[in-house]
Amino acid sequence: MARTVEAKRITAEEIGYVLFLGALLVACLLIASRAWDQVMAIHAGVGALFSAIGIFLVFKGFSDRPSQPDQLVDGKPNYNFGPIKFASVAAMFWGIAGFLVGFIIAMQLAFPALNFDFPLSNFGRLRPLHTSAVIFAFGGNVLLATSFYVVQRTCQARMPGIVTPWFIVLGYNAFIVIAGTGYLLGVTQGKEYAEPEWYADLWLTVVWVVYLLAFLGTIWKRKEPHIYVANWFYLAFIVTIAMLHLGNNMSVPVSIYTSKSVQVFSGVQDAMVQWWYGHNAVGFFLTAGFLAIMYYFVPKRAERPVYSYRLSIVHFWALIFLYIWAGPHHLHYTALPEWASTLGATFSIMLWMPSWGGMINGLMTLSGAWDKLRTDPVLRMLVVSVAFYGMSTFEGPLMSVKAVNSLSHYTDWTIGHVHSGALGWVGFVSFGALYCLYPWLWNRKQLYSLKLVSWHFWLATLGIVLYICAMWVSGIMQGLMWRAYDKLGFLEYSFIETVEAMHPFYVIRALGGLLFVLGALIMAYNLYMTVQKGEREEPAGQPVLAPAE
Amino acid sequence: MAERDIDRLSGISTTGHEWDGLKELNNPLPKWWLWTWYACIAWALVYYVLYPSWPLASSYTKGLLGYSQRQDALDKVAEGQAARAVIGKGLATAELSAIAADPKMREFAMANGKAAFGDNCAPCHGSAGVGGPGFPSLQDDDWLWGGKLSDIHQTLKVGIRSTHDETRQTQMPAFGKDGVLKKDEISTVADYVLSLSGKGTATPAGKQLFADNCASCHGEDGKGNIEMGAPNLTDAIWLYGGTKEKIVETVTNSRAGVMPTWEGRLDPVTIKSLAVYVHSLGGGKPD
Repeated sequence: MARTVEAKRITAEEIGYVLFLGALLVACLLIASRAWDQVMAIHAGVGALFSAIGIFLVFKGFSDRPSQPDQLVDGKPNYNFGPIKFASVAAMFWGIAGFLVGFIIAMQLAFPALNFDFPLSNFGRLRPLHTSAVIFAFGGNVLLATSFYVVQRTCQARMPGIVTPWFIVLGYNAFIVIAGTGYLLGVTQGKEYAEPEWYADLWLTVVWVVYLLAFLGTIWKRKEPHIYVANWFYLAFIVTIAMLHLGNNMSVPVSIYTSKSVQVFSGVQDAMVQWWYGHNAVGFFLTAGFLAIMYYFVPKRAERPVYSYRLSIVHFWALIFLYIWAGPHHLHYTALPEWASTLGATFSIMLWMPSWGGMINGLMTLSGAWDKLRTDPVLRMLVVSVAFYGMSTFEGPLMSVKAVNSLSHYTDWTIGHVHSGALGWVGFVSFGALYCLYPWLWNRKQLYSLKLVSWHFWLATLGIVLYICAMWVSGIMQGLMWRAYDKLGFLEYSFIETVEAMHPFYVIRALGGLLFVLGALIMAYNLYMTVQKGEREEPAGQPVLAPAE
Repeated sequence: MAERDIDRLSGISTTGHEWDGLKELNNPLPKWWLWTWYACIAWALVYYVLYPSWPLASSYTKGLLGYSQRQDALDKVAEGQAARAVIGKGLATAELSAIAADPKMREFAMANGKAAFGDNCAPCHGSAGVGGPGFPSLQDDDWLWGGKLSDIHQTLKVGIRSTHDETRQTQMPAFGKDGVLKKDEISTVADYVLSLSGKGTATPAGKQLFADNCASCHGEDGKGNIEMGAPNLTDAIWLYGGTKEKIVETVTNSRAGVMPTWEGRLDPVTIKSLAVYVHSLGGGKPD
């Protein structure tokens, strides 16, 4: 290995992070000492602790590193895999935590006594813990891990910065910790999927801007003349999430010493901004981001070219243009003006085919490689995820039509719809990507056990089918019971009768969730054994890197 | 690109680019995909012409059909109200007994009562009035404040220990908490109360304590008094539980269940309907 030994010098980047984290440490200590409420004191204390750890890690990183990291090793790009490994492990950890909380709250819905009458274990606090853990903690770490991996590999360039990639991954997970503990302590700004309060939002903004810059920096350094389709989707995801996050979290803290803030918007404006955010969190976090994963891992695993470049370009631009208008369909038959509501519905219908463009490109990429589904359960998982994507992106526009929505709105049908997308699409494509990533990152020839992947696949698939079928039946029944009148024009059923009727389906749903959790536990074991016991692959061009922990 | 790169399996050319081993084929857009998309766009355009859709400076495009979902909802509500008003009007003036006797009015009252019961009464009294600890069952013939149509109607109107001026109102003393009876006396009288329904052993001391402290409301024989909302203690029906422990708790701390007044919250016809419905649940008494 030809390496010129340079004198080790601390970089401006490292000094910058130390100064920033030092200032943050002082600010956190100040706030903690003067906090008006207990939560703020705790969170500022945690912030101070994290800042101190961050400063320590920068110095430790400096003392451990040789000099500047090499851009090339043996003529090949020296990819930065450390932060990716961390995010991959974090994704698995948060995934299991999030699925487990989901199972618990599903049980609480079936058996309310399981709330146990403690504020901490109350459904109202656990529900945002579940949604944020699966979307932002699990999904977010999968997106961080895969985007760092994909952008480096498809640009043939090492991610810029020494501290920066670590700052993004660790900073993002620090946000998760602050958000999650906040929910348990009762902190919320009452916005679905945007519950964390102002200080957590500000921190995420910093992390996200750094993420955007690091991603763009890698693309800037690329050795390839063109930008691969997965990176368009990642970039759309990063840029739009920044915009949505800023738009929906406009609030004024009561004081910097308190965890409470006041929203800038109110009434129907607030609702509109919230669902502009909420719908596009689905569109750009859970769709664009995970389509990027699909565009790298499906062709990679199938060893086939992407079906159609033209389709990818048309459906990409159509998707990002149309998605952003569809939010009002969450507010049909409310105080929202009718025109806004109908616009939202029509844009959702026009969005159907652009969404399916991704499905077609994913499934058709398999042409010539369908036989691999028999032997490769990881590919099977990826393909089934695309099928679920197609199903839920058909169901979505269908439910956005007002006539359908008048039946489906506020019922379990919505929950079923969300979970066919979340468990089937986002979950499975993430599992598939992680099953690919672990051997690649840790230089293992293959996974510890494909048989266990198969077990995971079938358990989780059965779980999803139980879940969504239970919610379809329960939701449609609920909607029909609500609108049932007797011949004299009085309501046929009271609310409590609908709740009683839904009980068996709630039990089935919880069972489905349990199967999904079991599958994820099998996966975690399999990945752990892959890293611990897997046969090492001689690095073919990929540098051997030290393990993350 | 210098020369066309053809994918061997499909025979389709690639774009000539390669990223980390990944290529893209030059397949055209699927026809069915494109035309379905055009159809969706056309559907949206037609929708814009027919229905309210686009915002203007201070208004919005109303659409050729002149449809308004708000007006549509109001019309449907008015339609329903008009249909119900015909029979409903009769109920407003009719006596309770007349409503119960007339098949048409009774059918209306039962339907109205059932719907109103589910949303207003079931949270405490349970679906179909099965009751629960502290909330009387409405399916039996054991009534605290009377089970005639007129009694039930009055209870519904004014409530029990409610904010209504004429609310049904009595208060059992907290014999233990207020120091009227000592612990062992409460135990003794509880045994006596249990004996009234054949469960405990009556002692002369218990009988005496009962006569001195309880009989004024619950009666010498413990059969209760609906004038005062005093429960019958000789049957097997217990509002707060019929174990000795529960009875001691009741005698020590008293109980004071509350039922809200529905006058002003529900319209008079609905309150009448509820009376008829509750009366029919199993234990209604003749007027």
